[in-house]
Amino acid sequence: MKKHNQREKRKSRQRELLLQGNEAVAEGALRAGCRFFAGYPITPATEISEVLSVRLPQVDGTFIQMEDEIASLGAIIGASLAGVKSMTATSGPGFSLMQENLGLAIIAEIPCVIVNVMRGGPSTGLPTFPAQGDVMQARWGTHGDHPIIVLSASTVRECYDMTIRAFNLSEKFRTPVILLIDEVVGHMREKMILDADEKIEIFNRIKPTMPPEWYIPYEDTPSGVPAMANFGEGYRYHVTGLTHDVRGFPTSRPDEIGPFISRLHRKISSHFAEIQIGEFFQTEDAEITIVAYGCVARSAKRAVIEAREKGLKVGLLKLSTLWPFMRSAVEKILQTSKVLLVPEMNMGQISREVKRVNRGTARVVTLNKVDGTIITPMEILDRIAEVS
Amino acid sequence: MPEITKLIHKYLRHDKKFPHVWCPGCGIGIMLGALIRAIDRIGYEKDEIVLVSGIGCSGRLPVYVDFNTLHTTHGRALTFATGIKLAKPNLKVIVIMGDGDAVAIGGNHFIHAARRNIDITTIILNNSIYGMTGGQNSPTTPYGMRSTTTTYSNIEQAFNISELAVTAGAAFVGRGTVYHARLLDSLMEKAFLKKGFSVVEVIAHCHTQYGRQNRLGTAVEMMEQQRDQAITVEKAAKMKPEELTGKIVIGVLVDKELPVYQDEYEKIQERAKAGMGQ
Repeated sequence: MKKHNQREKRKSRQRELLLQGNEAVAEGALRAGCRFFAGYPITPATEISEVLSVRLPQVDGTFIQMEDEIASLGAIIGASLAGVKSMTATSGPGFSLMQENLGLAIIAEIPCVIVNVMRGGPSTGLPTFPAQGDVMQARWGTHGDHPIIVLSASTVRECYDMTIRAFNLSEKFRTPVILLIDEVVGHMREKMILDADEKIEIFNRIKPTMPPEWYIPYEDTPSGVPAMANFGEGYRYHVTGLTHDVRGFPTSRPDEIGPFISRLHRKISSHFAEIQIGEFFQTEDAEITIVAYGCVARSAKRAVIEAREKGLKVGLLKLSTLWPFMRSAVEKILQTSKVLLVPEMNMGQISREVKRVNRGTARVVTLNKVDGTIITPMEILDRIAEVS
Repeated sequence: MPEITKLIHKYLRHDKKFPHVWCPGCGIGIMLGALIRAIDRIGYEKDEIVLVSGIGCSGRLPVYVDFNTLHTTHGRALTFATGIKLAKPNLKVIVIMGDGDAVAIGGNHFIHAARRNIDITTIILNNSIYGMTGGQNSPTTPYGMRSTTTTYSNIEQAFNISELAVTAGAAFVGRGTVYHARLLDSLMEKAFLKKGFSVVEVIAHCHTQYGRQNRLGTAVEMMEQQRDQAITVEKAAKMKPEELTGKIVIGVLVDKELPVYQDEYEKIQERAKAGMGQ
């Protein structure tokens, strides 16, 4: 009987694994089709590099350790332009170095995935302790007016799923996608079932089908996303970090600059419904709703369960997409809630956005912790008691 | 139209992007001509060439030629080129940089690309100045010379780019000047055919900025100075170091066989796949 079960298990190609968040990121990347990784060692993200240095060559992929994080992002943008799905992973100090080339990936519309396992900052800060201090940097870190997609994860399984989602969104919208996790989620081990037969949607970039002489690399389309030709496939064109016309050539004509920058924003802003995902947990009748993400969302969920046991009408909006900010989801919870509680491991970054969306109909209160320790369910419950 | 001009036109995006941004008399055009002639002689297809550049006057070069072209951030061209080459090893990846790109902001990338011996050809246009931004001091501005940020005098010592490349482990290093156009042709051809990290340093004049501020004369006069200062590698080998002060040593400085990154990584892939099967 036992033998039979084992055979069944093997047949469905299902594996039960005890995985770290960082390891799940690596597995998710492989499943999404990532075949190129360039990185630089940094705590607490290093495990992603270590796992992929072993796994990528097994699947004809390439791992390279670069001389710094600037080079890491440059290399993955280059690999992606040559047609290979690519990723890098880092933490705060490395993420700061990446801001320069992040802007190039945005303006040249080259898909890639950047994982930032957040640690305490500023500067070298707290390499081995968790924080959520890079939320605004992920939004505005690179110079110039630009759109960006930023995702977060609060469980090991979500690290896997969100990495795949990051690749799909980056390929679909020709944009870099940032996955923000925190040290706790990156290093925490949980059981995860990996099923090789599980149906997971994988999106690959739309390539041009017209003859090369008809190809207009930065042409406007109904979705705002032009088809992307990979280098070496017969479509010779110019890619630049300068503001460019539809053919990719540098331009300083206002009638070309305006529509180009507008399209960059429109391709993201006209697809909010597809990009933004979150979880409403017991929010239907909630008078106090917690808005949380990352490891704090786990404590918040526990706090909701315990508060409900005490008879308090508390709910949770868990944000899986951090940017573009989930305005409509917050507006939805504002219909019932009198208080919105935003616990964060920073001095108030997402809470600013929540306050911006709230038009005076509710009270937005914060719970900020920046001492390198996580926010516990008890601390959230105490704050609920204070504000209710 | 002379045959040589026809040949160059075959590779230009002449109906799209001209006139170019460079000053009349600039040496970049001579370098571009040498690059095109070398590519044509070897017989590469346009589709298999990827030209990557950084920022500055040299950074504008790829836009004018009909290859796969990428204009990146300042000093980072080699990092992008590394990704392209590893993702698609069958592409011929050529990087164009200026002296600021190569040994100031991108110095770290330059020495590491050389150390890795990744199969990329890097062509560095060294004109001893930041030209596009208006003539500021660069890491190759000689001691005692003037720029808009060293108006009294440059008190720093200059980098020797080719020697830096040799020391960092490049498989092929050659140096020429834009005066010696035929030498540039052959250096580029050798560099393109070399398996491994190859560097061609092209000494050029910036009469608009460096020449004007240091009263070195017109473009032609500055090219004559290149001719007068140039010493071949063979001659230089017989001279004492102090005799070489102020001279430009031209020719092939190093050409050696080293394990190439991609070949080594292919072996890693084979080992990884064999290990997985056990």
